Amino acid sequence: MKIHEYQAKAMLREFGVLVPNGDVAATPAEARAIALRLRGRVVVKAQVHAGGRGKAGGVKLADDPSGAESAASQILGMMLKTPQTPPEGIKVLKVLVEEASPIATELYLSMTLDRARGTHVVMASSAGGMDIEEVAESHPGKIIREWTDPALGVQAFQARNLAFGLGLTGDQFKSAVSLILGLFRVYLDKDCSLAEINPLVVTRDGRVLALDAKLNFDDNALYRHPEIVALRDTNEEAPLDVEASKHSLNYIKLDGNVGCMVNGAGLAMATMDIVKLAGGAPANFLDVGGGASPEQVENAFRILSSDPHVKAVFINVFGGILRCDRLAEGLIAAIKKLGLSLPVVVRMEGTNVELGRKMLAESGLNFTTADDMGQGAAKAVELARGAR
Amino acid sequence: MSILVDRSTRVIVQGITGREGTFHAQRCKEYGTQVVGGVTPGKGGTTHERFPVWNTVDDAVAAAGADCALIFVPPPAAADAIMEAADAGVPLIACITEGVPVNDMVRVKAFLARTASRLIGPNCPGLISPGKAKIGIMPGHIHKEGGIGVVSRSGTLTYEVVHQLTLRGLGQSTCVGIGGDPVNGTSFIDVLRLFQDDPHTEAIMMIGEIGGSAEEEAAAFVKAHVTKPMVGFICGQTAPPGRRMGHAGAIIAGGKGTASEKMRALEAAGITTVSSPADMGATMARVLGKGK
Repeated sequence: MKIHEYQAKAMLREFGVLVPNGDVAATPAEARAIALRLRGRVVVKAQVHAGGRGKAGGVKLADDPSGAESAASQILGMMLKTPQTPPEGIKVLKVLVEEASPIATELYLSMTLDRARGTHVVMASSAGGMDIEEVAESHPGKIIREWTDPALGVQAFQARNLAFGLGLTGDQFKSAVSLILGLFRVYLDKDCSLAEINPLVVTRDGRVLALDAKLNFDDNALYRHPEIVALRDTNEEAPLDVEASKHSLNYIKLDGNVGCMVNGAGLAMATMDIVKLAGGAPANFLDVGGGASPEQVENAFRILSSDPHVKAVFINVFGGILRCDRLAEGLIAAIKKLGLSLPVVVRMEGTNVELGRKMLAESGLNFTTADDMGQGAAKAVELARGAR
Repeated sequence: MSILVDRSTRVIVQGITGREGTFHAQRCKEYGTQVVGGVTPGKGGTTHERFPVWNTVDDAVAAAGADCALIFVPPPAAADAIMEAADAGVPLIACITEGVPVNDMVRVKAFLARTASRLIGPNCPGLISPGKAKIGIMPGHIHKEGGIGVVSRSGTLTYEVVHQLTLRGLGQSTCVGIGGDPVNGTSFIDVLRLFQDDPHTEAIMMIGEIGGSAEEEAAAFVKAHVTKPMVGFICGQTAPPGRRMGHAGAIIAGGKGTASEKMRALEAAGITTVSSPADMGATMARVLGKGK
């Protein structure tokens, strides 16, 4: 799960990590009031879950409260398009107004999981403000890494290694060490999958602070963080994704026209792959899960078929815990309820497959059946083409 | 023969009194697995669906000589259940639970490193040596005893490949689902080493997916150490970057972990790769000269 910069910065403050003073505004008048309180120059930043906001016109400097008001009125309501947003952009509903910091040096700091080592890695670089993947590519020597003990977490000596590695001395060195330790506490306590400060800056008056902040969270750990779940912003997600998550379905909207419904994530990915190999394009990733009930199958079918781009549906289920008869039951109920006219190709195999096939055949509904996934994908792609 | 589990394996089910635990304990037993009982703290001394129940894994090991634990406890308690089994000296632990927090697994992995236990999973279907023992949630009837070793990060996609193999008369020595999480117990490499050393495994089928670098590491191992014929498939060729495709581990991050990169790594290691998941079984048959 992702949260906004202003939410991340509030979380950092709680853990003693230094961030610029500021507050969030939903209207230009609120932005003006915040700027008035902060005094001096401010920066007005669009709050969307995507990087590259500055280049897209989502970040503006203002000299005074009326400048902040007009900057906010330009940014609020705009469809911000960056390389990380959907092609149509994301509508900006909030801006962060914070004091402008006089920057002396831009640095980089992040924490994430190193899958290969099975533990956390803290990365720092003197090449701040740049895309870290680019730095890793062009100047691999400029990234310093410390791997933490999996049980104990980052130690003070490791934070010192990183701060020295960034070339810091004196008070700034001390501030950086405490900032690294503080950020790691956030990262661990809140079950982050990523904590990234880019840039981490040294100001001309010698402070070390997090000018930007990105926190992503492990979805599996959200059950123990109701305070993070409360920060979810569904404005940032596709409406069908939101609807699917209400029914605990794993759904991701894509841009093709063959709707896919599968049980299990691996088979769901493989089904998307085979649709593409058959010359079509999948409209979605949808895993109904191992133990789906007929109601869940019904919800899944309703969600995937409400995507207007879907011209045919391919259902590929290998019954294990999810029995084929329960799949058939949910499917028949959904189609009868929705009065659907889309062509539906069903390929099922595994537990209770004979019963499931019999139910489909006797339903009086027009299903196309397939014996294996290759044939199923070919039929679905052909039907989607014919329906155009 | 087979790897890891056979007719002599004595299994306890942690979380046996839960819905899933009960259901699958019975299915495993019906398949012929020696399910000797289960563990649910607070229900020790009782009997559940004719299975004896103990309070602790220690008790289960002492009373029934269990040497394998199959875990169905919910995500918040899964890490603890794994550590309890390892602490009791259970050599093989299979954790089916989906949704275990990554930080819990980081700590569990460090804990396990100080024990002699091997963990399969979490977020996996378990493992099966067809005709001998089924320790997991896979449908037993699609399997057939034979010489193909199967290792996979997925659940239902593993059933798919097993089905394709069985249809072509190609039985399996053991099928191991290592799980779809970013931090797991047993790796591809661990299983590949076991298959290579197992005299009755003649060929190996490996199913990977996008995200991480486990397949690339496995490919390097194969190049240096595996002499048996291998067929490989990577799912997620059409997955968009930055989105988690169901499995917590299946995410293309920073342009790394793509299916095509992984396929290339497998090919470079001499593994025959399959571009269509419908051709996995047929390709194995062709590689073994048993085209049907």
